Amino acid sequence: MSENRLEQDIILSEDVINSVREWNQPIEGDAGLNSTVSKFNSTIRWKLFFIAACAVIIILVSSFAVTVGALDIGFFEVYQIIIDHIMGNATSEYDYIVFDHRLPRVVAGILGGAGLAICGVIMQSVLKNPLADPYTTGVSSGAAFGATVGMSIGMASFLGDSALVILAFAFSLVPTMVIAMMSRFSNASPTTVIMAGIGIMYIFNALTTVLMLWMDASALNKIFYWQTGSLALIDGWSSFPVMFTVVGAGIIISMIISGKLNVLATGDDSAKALGINADRMRLLTLILTGVVSASIVSFTGLIGFVGLVTPHIVRMFIGADNRYLVPACALFGAALMLIADIIGRIVIAPSSLPVGVVMSFIGGPVFLWMVLRRNSSAW
Amino acid sequence: MTEVVITNVDFGYSEDHIVLHDINLEINEPGLYCIIGPNGVGKSTMVKCVSKIVTPLKGQVLLDGEDVAQMQHKEVAKKVGFVPAFSQDAFSMSVIDTIMIGRYNHQKWGSRQKDLEMVYKTMKLMHIENLATRSYNALSAGQHQKVSIARGLVQEPEILILDEPTANLDVKYQVYVMEMLRAIAIERGMIIMTICHDLNITSKYAHKVIMLARPGKIHAVGTPEEVLTEENIREVYGINCRVFMDDTINKPYIILGSAIMGMAEDY
Repeated sequence: MSENRLEQDIILSEDVINSVREWNQPIEGDAGLNSTVSKFNSTIRWKLFFIAACAVIIILVSSFAVTVGALDIGFFEVYQIIIDHIMGNATSEYDYIVFDHRLPRVVAGILGGAGLAICGVIMQSVLKNPLADPYTTGVSSGAAFGATVGMSIGMASFLGDSALVILAFAFSLVPTMVIAMMSRFSNASPTTVIMAGIGIMYIFNALTTVLMLWMDASALNKIFYWQTGSLALIDGWSSFPVMFTVVGAGIIISMIISGKLNVLATGDDSAKALGINADRMRLLTLILTGVVSASIVSFTGLIGFVGLVTPHIVRMFIGADNRYLVPACALFGAALMLIADIIGRIVIAPSSLPVGVVMSFIGGPVFLWMVLRRNSSAW
Repeated sequence: MTEVVITNVDFGYSEDHIVLHDINLEINEPGLYCIIGPNGVGKSTMVKCVSKIVTPLKGQVLLDGEDVAQMQHKEVAKKVGFVPAFSQDAFSMSVIDTIMIGRYNHQKWGSRQKDLEMVYKTMKLMHIENLATRSYNALSAGQHQKVSIARGLVQEPEILILDEPTANLDVKYQVYVMEMLRAIAIERGMIIMTICHDLNITSKYAHKVIMLARPGKIHAVGTPEEVLTEENIREVYGINCRVFMDDTINKPYIILGSAIMGMAEDY
């Protein structure tokens, strides 16, 4: 249709014709545009500042975390030990404690917190469910059962730690598939998916308990810590290669797909119309969260609330844009986990509380507060 | 301009629940196409077949001769935009970020200024530029609707499909949106398909009307004068009416009468 038709159309008013013409032309020197761009850019700067602040908090908290422990080593002495170790001059009797016990624990805390937090963001986003995280959907329980099976048959001793992770991942696929299938039905509300997750969690926890009947006392003690979730289970650097590789890859992949997560969060119909295969994308991202959760749960046990609460807290600061939310949550989750572990080691020192328990004490009230203060229309 | 050809399409959610029966339709010139028909007749399903949101059980939907079923979602998205009837985002972003998602297929490194310009122009067109930094979930239902339409427009597709774009809008904006869609279809020479329930608004603004009747069949296709007749409206909706010609714009004007019980009812 020619341009002239617009004027010839007796239905259209001059105002609408002018508005549409203006919309269809390149925009020049509009004060409103400049003001909107400036507001938009300032929100981006705030998001980047928040991410940088989280990174600084991690550095500060980690610096403190390596100085905390049952054994009273002075603050500066710890750093002297680290410097000596790096310079190849490790003479201190505490070198083993700092390098093979405290540092791996801090690193595992960072990786575990970051990994569980990104799992929470992804799950909440692709399931459009504010209550979803690896714990509430039963994914962690599935992984925990897989790892318990591996431990009870002594798999790690002859196949290595990665075998444990593979078994944990295999069992985490059961709840993953159930929630992926359920979320395809439009009548499956967020609550229904979580109730299914809780059902799966009970089944796997019961199965884990059954396995425990055949375990000896030392294994039972380990399992107890493991079911509450504790960084004390990290001993040396043996867990590092698997956790670092899987969580690192998980964070990178999540950041690459974060734009797609935004599209998927608008609903399946919108997402498909914008070029995303919603069903396949949901399945692949849930499998990704299964792998990442399994790699963490296999070493630290069941730590709840990091994945659930972190995205909610971070959203309050920077909003729901996944391109910023994913890196911010990874950093905030890591900081939160480290802080919870430090609290656990300080409050009843020289004994310590498992990080999973501290996380529940922090996460539970925070979550209740969030539930009470927010508008529940989307829940 | 992209052409849409629907041939012998059947669609059902199961073998027992067939929604569309043998749909045949050819759209090969730009304009505003209004799809009308009773509730549950398959209007949304038909347009979802065009945008590959659902796949027909039988038949083909062709975009420029290419079967949609064989195309990737991304390829379809470059040609067809879709604005759903209802959108409540679980996690609220700002209005500007929500609309920016519509630019997903255009975004490249360094393209942000161009995207922002398009988003701003469209917010201005929809009279929502003041809401740019407001949270999406803090808006009213009518404002949600304007944001959804804006998200569809910034996608700049060759074919734009809107599922009840005037739902939740006040009378002024029902008229404004339809007038705007008609103007955009002419100005950009594109096909805009919209599902509509108001017969007079359809009559005034549609270039062509596609009327669906139970059980999921096309009853009539043509200009408003050809389709919006007393007989068609009675048969399809089960309602008595009088249709006059509005001489100022040369379009039918419909005065609805009483509903006829036992006719064209849902089952």
